[in-house]
Amino acid sequence: MKIVVDWDKCDGNGVCMGIAPDIFEVDDEMNLNILVEEPGPERMQDVRQAVASCPVLALSLSDSD
Amino acid sequence: MRVVIAGAGLAGLRTAEALRERGFDGGIVLAGAEAHPPYSRPALSKELLSGRWEVEDAWLRRPAQGVDSLDVEMLLGRRAVAADVRARRVSFDDGTALSYDALVIATGSDAVQLPAIPPAPNVFLLRTLDDCLRLRAALSARPRVTVLGAGFIGSEVASVARAMGLDVTLVDRASAPLAHVLGDDVARLCARLHRDSGVELRFGVDVAGVDSDGAGVRRLRLSDGAILDTDLLVVGVGVRPAVAWLQGSGVHLDDGVVTDARCRTAVPGVFAVGDVARCHNPLFDAHLRVEHWTNASEQGTVAAAAILDRAPDQEAPTVPYFWSDQHGVKLQMVGHAAGHDAVRTIHHPTRDDRPVVLYRRGGRVVAAVGFSRPSIVMRMKSLIAARTEWDAAVAAALA
Repeated sequence: MKIVVDWDKCDGNGVCMGIAPDIFEVDDEMNLNILVEEPGPERMQDVRQAVASCPVLALSLSDSD
Repeated sequence: MRVVIAGAGLAGLRTAEALRERGFDGGIVLAGAEAHPPYSRPALSKELLSGRWEVEDAWLRRPAQGVDSLDVEMLLGRRAVAADVRARRVSFDDGTALSYDALVIATGSDAVQLPAIPPAPNVFLLRTLDDCLRLRAALSARPRVTVLGAGFIGSEVASVARAMGLDVTLVDRASAPLAHVLGDDVARLCARLHRDSGVELRFGVDVAGVDSDGAGVRRLRLSDGAILDTDLLVVGVGVRPAVAWLQGSGVHLDDGVVTDARCRTAVPGVFAVGDVARCHNPLFDAHLRVEHWTNASEQGTVAAAAILDRAPDQEAPTVPYFWSDQHGVKLQMVGHAAGHDAVRTIHHPTRDDRPVVLYRRGGRVVAAVGFSRPSIVMRMKSLIAARTEWDAAVAAALA
């Protein structure tokens, strides 16, 4: 699964970073960096939680090709 | 087995989703008092009010996922009015009733009204999507705006209205709003954000009375004798858990529905999640009622595991989180600051309006507030969850 960001919506809340700091990183200019675009299965539980927890609904998952 | 969830906000929806994720194939009824499908409530005083989002942007289930794919019976515009926990039946305001095996109380909270302010066409509360859309439409007529209550909702409304270029006056009975919970530095900085953005502040005064005409409230008489002319009034003085319907039901109520750490009430088959629930939090060793986003989301998951009588997914205790957008600054808070015994403000190397404030209790870091400092706030969240000692947390924040 690939992490998809709606960049119009993302405003750098960093909730995703609080859940999975090895995957999501937010800097103090409120910019999100995805550190691992296609996380391995061992990280998917946290990634799913981060996607579901995004307060501005900016994250989703898509099937990677 | 049938699970009835009373309340179709984030906490109720997450409970339904988490039940399905865990393979539950029984019936799920999600009944909400509002006519709308589950949406992002924080957006009501932020993106939706400002017009940056349209209503569709706030739906919690995106079109691709739909609510249909959850196989949930969604009853909208249906408010729970009574629960018979012996017969395991819940009744609704349209006269219907449903029997349940598990009842999830997710009715959230209601905005508090002020007795001194009579209802009028230009007086607004902000709790529901319909409230937001009415207020948004009214703001487009470019009124002079008065906001009563400088908590987070009131402050966000003031911020949005000011960004529209409207004249905004913010009134609060406390001389330093937020200071009693978050300390003087945070209170001062929040007041400064408003002032620097051109919001007129009237703190330390109460509303003594109002003068109205046929169109609504025209003037506020303040306790210091001042008169405020206004075209529109927003009352943002807090919320109360929506538990009136549970009075006498046998479910233990004490500032919300009291539950254990797994969202279970003392009544078999009855659970509570979100704003309405006062759950035990082992990290702070207290029953906390938390009116915030991540709490509602996480408790849905916790309750689903409890309903299915399974062990919780993770042992890590919940650290409350919320955020507030004001005048271009993202104020973020993690943890639980009540009862703190020390505060430490850590300044940004170059900007005095971007500090992080840490809160101590019992030798540990228990909360942090940041002004547009997401990375450090989120680091503090992990340290709070890990019960980190104060000195170590301060050192980490300074690093």
